[in-house]
Amino acid sequence: MTMRRDPLIPVVAVVTDIRRDTPDVKTFRVVGLDGKKPFTTIPGQCAFLSMPGIGEALFSVTSSPTQEDYLEFSIKKCGCVTSWLHAIEVGQQITVRGPYGNGFPVDTDFVGKDLLFVAGGIGLAPLRSVINYVRHYRDRYGKVDIVYGARTKDDLVDYEEIKNEWCKEDGINVHLTIDIQQEGWDGNVGFVPNYVKELGFDTNKTVVMCGPPIMIKFTLAGLEELGFKRDQVYTTFELKMKCALGKCGRCNIGDKYVCKDGPVFRLDQMAQLPDEY
Amino acid sequence: MKKLSLSKLNELFSALSQKGELYIPADEKNGQAKFTLWQEGLSMTENLNTVRSAKDLFFPQVEQMVDFKVSGKEIEIVENRHTAEDFIIFGVRACDAKSFEILDRVFLSEPVDTFYKERRDHATVVTLACDKPEETCFCTAFGIDASNPAGDVSAWKVGEELYLRANTEKGEKLLSSLNLEDADESAVEETKAEIKKTLEKLPFGKLNLNGFDGEHLMEKFNRPEWAELSEACLGCGTCTFVCPTCQCYDVKDFDTGSGVQRYRCWDSCMYSDFTMMAHGTNRPTQKERFRQRFMHKLVYFPSNNDGIYGCVGCGRCLQKCPIHMNIVKVAKTLGEGEK
Repeated sequence: MTMRRDPLIPVVAVVTDIRRDTPDVKTFRVVGLDGKKPFTTIPGQCAFLSMPGIGEALFSVTSSPTQEDYLEFSIKKCGCVTSWLHAIEVGQQITVRGPYGNGFPVDTDFVGKDLLFVAGGIGLAPLRSVINYVRHYRDRYGKVDIVYGARTKDDLVDYEEIKNEWCKEDGINVHLTIDIQQEGWDGNVGFVPNYVKELGFDTNKTVVMCGPPIMIKFTLAGLEELGFKRDQVYTTFELKMKCALGKCGRCNIGDKYVCKDGPVFRLDQMAQLPDEY
Repeated sequence: MKKLSLSKLNELFSALSQKGELYIPADEKNGQAKFTLWQEGLSMTENLNTVRSAKDLFFPQVEQMVDFKVSGKEIEIVENRHTAEDFIIFGVRACDAKSFEILDRVFLSEPVDTFYKERRDHATVVTLACDKPEETCFCTAFGIDASNPAGDVSAWKVGEELYLRANTEKGEKLLSSLNLEDADESAVEETKAEIKKTLEKLPFGKLNLNGFDGEHLMEKFNRPEWAELSEACLGCGTCTFVCPTCQCYDVKDFDTGSGVQRYRCWDSCMYSDFTMMAHGTNRPTQKERFRQRFMHKLVYFPSNNDGIYGCVGCGRCLQKCPIHMNIVKVAKTLGEGEK
């Protein structure tokens, strides 16, 4: 499936399923009017969703490209478009355009590597597409570790899938943590950066990280203490965008446009750029 | 090379307007010049320094993109894109002609902006050698020769004659369709030399841009002088709206009551909400926003575009900034040239 003739004009799609993940995160399943997936993606790529009259906003695609029937978006309610999305029902039509951005190097740099995923809160959304891609092509990759943290256990996105699928799979170690002790929680308590340091991973791993900027900053410091180099660490950024074609000017950082040169960057590449993200 | 008596300029405009809409710089009632649709009776201004460039004709300040009809849970997309007819812009200065090349690098690079391309493809640009630069002009700093402007056709006023030279296929086609006398290229040499002499005297014409090479990105970004340079900036965005190379835009929806129009409109990196998202902004103070505008024109753009600056020295921002801050002061403060 290819992008429509004009990259600025969306197509109509329909929301076929809405799952509540946390008090402020819902996952939306989206298909085209022909019942098929609107377009194929690379894990880490993004797409614009919009409701005419409300606005258009960019979201990472959380479903893996190996999911052939639909696209999924895990969306936190925090602004104008997201509040509208949180109020809709199944069957609602929306518009979609994409995919945009480079995505993670799942078929090149990641192949044959032990992978360490580090996510905080809604930061799991873009990594879920990578994790499920890696699970699908399991023998192409080495050991997989996933460190995922949220404020409370109720704020863990995709908890059912994590518990029932990821945790039960051989060769995948899931390490969950929440910020403050809570009744009914027998996992780790503490912030993600500290937990990563406590777990003390081998420095041969490739790290894939997404979360709030403060989590990325302290996790990176911890990883460097453990002996990791910046060129082993990949992350994905989120900035305001209007076109996602490198023309509207919003996501410009230094000589890069996050929409087309990113959103995925290796951290040694980011060191050459102003820290305006 | 062709020529025409300047006394027949009106007849030329009339002939050109038969080929499509013709835009010329004309004085408005307030004394300021603007590219205006020609109709019988409209004469060209002597003042070539229009308030804005002809950028609007390729990249309008507001442009409809697509319409939507919404009923219940259903959405219908109604394509209503503007289809351009051939048109001519006459009297474009060398600096503005260069600015179109800069806009082309943004909008015509992959993925191509089809809205811009549609208008650009249908335009024929006739430039006019600039014999009246203002003291705010500094096109020479960017290697632009205002005595020998680019465009599809270049024109010179020499005495009582107008000389015209085609530079492109489009230009050839236009000139050959007009009833013009043949002329020799040497007829404009003296005028060129005179204009060059005038350009030599421009106070900012020798602005030194050494050090702005796209290579020293972080060094320039981290300079402490940004704080002082940006201190008085009001964030009004006037510099971006008069700039021929500024191209940032916003996409917005307008509910007409019977449908939704999605349009894009000019925006400015100088505005506080330009990068504002639900969780905050990555450029929280005017210092970061001010720095972004000048870093983009002098460092980031050249870094991505073979060293070409995102400025053509037209001087509009120097004239219009309410606090008299401008790219010349920034370049002098942060560059390696004379202060």
